[in-house]
Amino acid sequence: MSESLFEVQVMVNGLLRSGQVPARRLLSDFLRHDLELTGTHVGCEHGVCGACTILLNGKAVRSCLLFAVSVDGQEIVTVEGLVNQDGSLGSVQQAFQDSHGLQCGFCTPGFITTISAFLDENPDPTVDEAREAIAGNLCRCTGYQNIIKSVMRAAEIRRATDFSGSGIVTA
Amino acid sequence: MKPAPFEYVRPSSRSGVLAALSEAGDEAKVLAGGQSLIPLLSMRLASPKVLVDINRVPEFSTLHITDNQVVIGPTVRHQELFDSVAARQAVPLLAQALSFVAHPVIRNRGTSVGSIAHADPSGELTAVLALLEGVVTIESLRGSREVTGSDFYVGPLESVIMPGEVATKVTFARLPVNMGTSCVEVARRHGDYALAGVCAAVVLDEERAVDRARISLFSIGPTPIVVDISQLLTGSRSSTATFIEAARFIASTVEPEGDIHATAAYRKNLVEVLAAKALKSAYENALSRVESPR
Repeated sequence: MSESLFEVQVMVNGLLRSGQVPARRLLSDFLRHDLELTGTHVGCEHGVCGACTILLNGKAVRSCLLFAVSVDGQEIVTVEGLVNQDGSLGSVQQAFQDSHGLQCGFCTPGFITTISAFLDENPDPTVDEAREAIAGNLCRCTGYQNIIKSVMRAAEIRRATDFSGSGIVTA
Repeated sequence: MKPAPFEYVRPSSRSGVLAALSEAGDEAKVLAGGQSLIPLLSMRLASPKVLVDINRVPEFSTLHITDNQVVIGPTVRHQELFDSVAARQAVPLLAQALSFVAHPVIRNRGTSVGSIAHADPSGELTAVLALLEGVVTIESLRGSREVTGSDFYVGPLESVIMPGEVATKVTFARLPVNMGTSCVEVARRHGDYALAGVCAAVVLDEERAVDRARISLFSIGPTPIVVDISQLLTGSRSSTATFIEAARFIASTVEPEGDIHATAAYRKNLVEVLAAKALKSAYENALSRVESPR
């Protein structure tokens, strides 16, 4: 049986991208395999680990819990899109480097996207709020302490640079 | 870990959804937020022949709050309902329970009506529906029908929704000012499935003593369990001892099952501890509502 293909057009990191995919193509696989944006990582593939988190219309969602076909016409930002306009590291990315927020780096893309969306809504979080914000993402290296520091550091960088939104789409 | 092939339809109208469901019969599954369904598909625990995506029906995403009720459309996301000040004021238990529903990232996509219809025994909103006697409107090409509270649930992951039907809204009546509510649960991590949870509703009389009290348990039985303990509490005021006594009675009525996460005895103990907490907190919530009605 050959599966029917659907045309999917999405705005990814400010660029219009398209592909022909079967309905069962997970958005995470669409990004990685069809669009070759391998920054988005796939860990558990059932919504537990958070590594595949992306921004859909500005909101953090799990890309492994969405079908590409169902987000046709919408706007996506991946970790690749969370850089500054000149291509240098974005605020959250920079904060992870500054605060040693990653070791193996596998979970990092999901943290960067989750934290970006969180700071867009809460630019000046407390440590407890930072901890709560990352509660849905798993990291097996860092013990989380440096990731919490990274959230606070990213908020600091954003305040210093008068940051006004995540990603090249809105920044 | 990839879903098996399925046919995919995404109607843009209510009638289109009903027609697609009618045609596919028991081979179809409705895709709303997909936060429970897609993992089931990926793990191939479910493999429906047809997936009917209802996200393109504009009217389905409406959250409508009036003087009398909160009406939740089938694609309203948990987070939207959680963030709605009007919904929180009309039916505070919704936000109280939603704070325990998964993590924000899941709440951004998952839908409240979908969660109710999914009928997971550990779903907080199933207990809210049962406790407050919320009304689920179920539609098919044959017409529409309404099912209230606990009557909606048949068993674990099973509601009264039949092939060809879809839940098109859930309605909660605005709570009277003299009713207070609460939701408490114990989970290994915040946002994980609860080992046990309790929603409580306490109604005060004119003397600000308890007039009526009910609780609803989740993660304890195959469907939410509602226990009316009005008789034990009528006339009592914020006496912790009375709430503990009522909680002990509630725990004596349940026979939870043990699993890898918690033994049956531990769950039963949690019911007692959480019910006392929930009743006290609902009572205090009622007092504060009576004292400063919004």
